[in-house]
Amino acid sequence: MNDALYHKAVMRMAATSKGAGGLENPDASATADNPLCGDRVTMDVRIADGVITEIGHKVRGCVLCQASASTIGVHAVGQRPGDVKRVRGRILGMLNNGADETPEPWTEDVSAFAPVAPHKSRHQCVLLPFDALIEALDGAKT
Amino acid sequence: MTFDSAAIRGQFPIFQVAATGGSELHYLDSAATAQTPNAVIEAVRFHDASARGNIKRGVHFMAERATEAYEGAREKVAGYLNASPSEIVFTSGTTAAINLVAASFGQGLSPGDEVVVSVLEHHSNIVPWQMLRDRAGIILKYLAVTGDGRLDLDALEATVTDKCRLVAVTHVSNVTGALTNVAAIVKAARAVGAKVLLDGAQRAAHGPIDVAALGVDFYAMSAHKMFGPSGVGVLWGRAELLADMPPFLGGGEMIRSVTKDVTTFADPPARFEAGTPPIAQAVGMSAAIDWINGLNHAAVTTHLTRLSERILNGIADLSGGNGAIRVVGPQGLQERFPVISFDIPGAHPHDICQILDSHGVALRGGHHCAQVFMEAMELGGTSRASLGPYSDDSDVDALFTGLEDAISRLT
Repeated sequence: MNDALYHKAVMRMAATSKGAGGLENPDASATADNPLCGDRVTMDVRIADGVITEIGHKVRGCVLCQASASTIGVHAVGQRPGDVKRVRGRILGMLNNGADETPEPWTEDVSAFAPVAPHKSRHQCVLLPFDALIEALDGAKT
Repeated sequence: MTFDSAAIRGQFPIFQVAATGGSELHYLDSAATAQTPNAVIEAVRFHDASARGNIKRGVHFMAERATEAYEGAREKVAGYLNASPSEIVFTSGTTAAINLVAASFGQGLSPGDEVVVSVLEHHSNIVPWQMLRDRAGIILKYLAVTGDGRLDLDALEATVTDKCRLVAVTHVSNVTGALTNVAAIVKAARAVGAKVLLDGAQRAAHGPIDVAALGVDFYAMSAHKMFGPSGVGVLWGRAELLADMPPFLGGGEMIRSVTKDVTTFADPPARFEAGTPPIAQAVGMSAAIDWINGLNHAAVTTHLTRLSERILNGIADLSGGNGAIRVVGPQGLQERFPVISFDIPGAHPHDICQILDSHGVALRGGHHCAQVFMEAMELGGTSRASLGPYSDDSDVDALFTGLEDAISRLT
């Protein structure tokens, strides 16, 4: 079961760590904590005309958390806040109910997290970077 | 001295349950919750099947049986702690016991009074004091820790000063397994007239405790870490201190009389036991103490020390990771209990534990409710193996098989 959890795609995304590192003078920034394990994600964003133009993240977290942040680093640029919230909702649905309707361009990378579904204690590992990003976007002056 | 861990293990039905993937269960998380033997399970079942009633107020047969069982449990705990039954307050656990002291003893503190805890504490022995600080204006100070996860006794004199009213520290660390030098703490506290509270959650499972010999004023512990049920624990307090403390919660059982305007409170310990207590759980705690008392503690200690040594040496021999793999806590076997935390750089504790779960190994990872200590150690968390008398060599073998797998996959 854990072979599925730590499969190649997830390990590759975590290692790639796309978007790692903070931004100088971001338009918005937010930090989210996972009280279960103490993991922490900080998301910096730049926005123009309501569209995300740049992402930077700092992650102190597990492989799943790193891979999730990396997925954001790959796909969030060019998206609107509402898009990110919809993706977060679809991931939650996938983890809770097995739903698999994540929109493009996220579909393939997000599906890599499907094996996390039976491990409820690990769901927040995947969601934490999205929570930080959404909090940052909600606080951004657009 | 030989120790028959198989005979011990055979008394715990949980080990008949298959772990993840059908593996044999290798339970290395006794510091979080110890497993429970048939004797405790049966005692709780028997109580509910033959003596279930509410205590104290009823005159019928079942109420009297339940009261007798509950007060018998109080006497059993008192014996375990070398204390008087009137000094034993049943709570829901260690956390509630410490909160009781913070709320009740805390009412006698004034702005500017100091409470000293340590950097090593579980959140249960930090947050209640922060809450007291915020509502009562006390000053909360932290005793530092050494690099090997012990209380820094060299810092005692500078930390425990004339304004200190209470020193509240762990008896045995839930992260490092380090045993506190209680005599040094008591000496420093007494020198300034301060009281001492010990968080005994991690010590309580390892045999009787003599609170009189320790010389402390309060002792808190939980049944579920000593092979008993969850939902029950104990605060022991010196009789004269409890007598001066106001109630923590109001309600039934803790009163002498109630009018529209005035309530007269019962004497301790009833004063601190508002509402229907965890009766069957207290009976289970009593059975757990019987079970512990039936162990050959010298043999158990020898057994667990040998297993601890295997784990400490095995961690030192591990290779891989993105840096030095290290034990977070005492490196040796002196003045420590079988709770061993370690850090594998480049591998997150939750990922390690997830992979070990696939090997049937129940390991704990994270900050262990000790984020202040983790910050001091500049760690996000650790992996932790903790043992009970049912632990055996197969558990240690499985731990290292799993760790080698985790390191190869995560780093």
